[in-house]
Amino acid sequence: MIQIDRRIIYLIIALAMILPFFFQMGLPIPITKEVKDIYDYIETLTPDDVVILSADYSPSVEPELSPMFDALFRHCLKNDIKVIAMSLYIEGPGLIAPMIQEAATDYKKVNGVDYAFMPWVIGYSIVVMNMMENINRAFPTDYYGTAISELPIFQNIKNFEDYDLIVSFTGSSAYGLWLTFGHEPYGVTLATGVTAVSAADLYPYIQSGQFLGMLGGLKGAAEYETLIDEKRMATMGMEAQNWAHVIIILFIIIGNIGHIAISRQKKARS
Amino acid sequence: MQISMNPWVWIGVFFTFSVLSFLYKDNPFYKLAEHVTVGVSIGYGAVIIYFNSFIPRFYQPVFQDGRIELIIPAILGLMMILRIVPKYSWLSRYAICFTVGAGSGMAIPRSMQASVLRQLEATMLNLSFTSGEGINNIIIFVGVLTVLIYFFFSKEHKGVFGGAAKVGIWFLMIGFGATFGYTVMARLSLFIGRVLFVLRDFLGIGLAG
Repeated sequence: MIQIDRRIIYLIIALAMILPFFFQMGLPIPITKEVKDIYDYIETLTPDDVVILSADYSPSVEPELSPMFDALFRHCLKNDIKVIAMSLYIEGPGLIAPMIQEAATDYKKVNGVDYAFMPWVIGYSIVVMNMMENINRAFPTDYYGTAISELPIFQNIKNFEDYDLIVSFTGSSAYGLWLTFGHEPYGVTLATGVTAVSAADLYPYIQSGQFLGMLGGLKGAAEYETLIDEKRMATMGMEAQNWAHVIIILFIIIGNIGHIAISRQKKARS
Repeated sequence: MQISMNPWVWIGVFFTFSVLSFLYKDNPFYKLAEHVTVGVSIGYGAVIIYFNSFIPRFYQPVFQDGRIELIIPAILGLMMILRIVPKYSWLSRYAICFTVGAGSGMAIPRSMQASVLRQLEATMLNLSFTSGEGINNIIIFVGVLTVLIYFFFSKEHKGVFGGAAKVGIWFLMIGFGATFGYTVMARLSLFIGRVLFVLRDFLGIGLAG
């Protein structure tokens, strides 16, 4: 048993993750405090308030982070909050463009009036610093090439004083750029959505109050979908993830039992 | 079930299975997918940088608006590229010096504030055994102290000091365990993304949420 071919393990895990898409059991998705805090904060915002959603990720982590972006974008549109969608990563705008269009159509929102979609601009930290001082300097035009001075949404959005919340969705340490060049010098309110790999690293920053909250991995996205009552991509995947976890836990237990048994046999022989 | 007729979806499915085939063993399909990914990423990046950065941030300001001061950073950029020419590669050091100097000057004070001073401040907590929050604060305080002791190598880990370092190891192990658990979750999520793509976008199977 301990010498089982790893490909059989892959096959079992693959089946455990594919079958739940056909046989849903409706397992509950409990809400964590880190996710609820972001939801509650957005609920307190009014239609004049501005939320910046920055999709700082590449396609390699898209399945985890796009559902988060989608859920928060929809929540803001639902509450008539102004949204600026952007990305510090070159691939970001291409990844979020279809979600923005779909959500805007669903909620009947107009680009340039209810939300704005910014293009990728080179510079990472320089972009963040420019945005804090003067958004027009960071983004002279929007994603579609229209000068932002011509867009009605930017009539009252100039600099950090006008941003009520910034959420960075990232699979890297890009949240650190917003923290270092946005939150600390200017005091803007920050939240983040990160891949599960990075989630454990974020807790010290939440405990210190530097981040309002965090969406960690697909689970965080599924929690947010549950809160806004729109069960979409993340919720679909959670059941598969739960079953895969059960299988992995079983394999860990079996592997350890096998290891202990072999160690005892070796001891007995010697 | 309604199989997609979109050729891009078919290409996506082909490369999805090409990459996953590596789990069986290394093969030419996996190699092809790997090389295409690298090529497409670089090509995509080059085009976007040209149209989103070079044209509006250098070409237009310099040649249409007459902002000749932008030639200075452009020269630094060219010096950086000279790294690939062995005879003039030494020139790239000046550009790197400028970048490192400016980058450090901008980042160090702010990073100290964001990642060191504020984190230190967050460990100065009210300790008590009478409330849940107080007990949490004690755990944070003990964790920070014992992990720092573990990483203090100028004194041998013996006696009370060694005991504290051992407690520090336990905190580290719990941290690594949490990170590993999260990592497993992340990898599974990526596979779920591909499964959803194949079932929903390619095969057109309506999935219940």
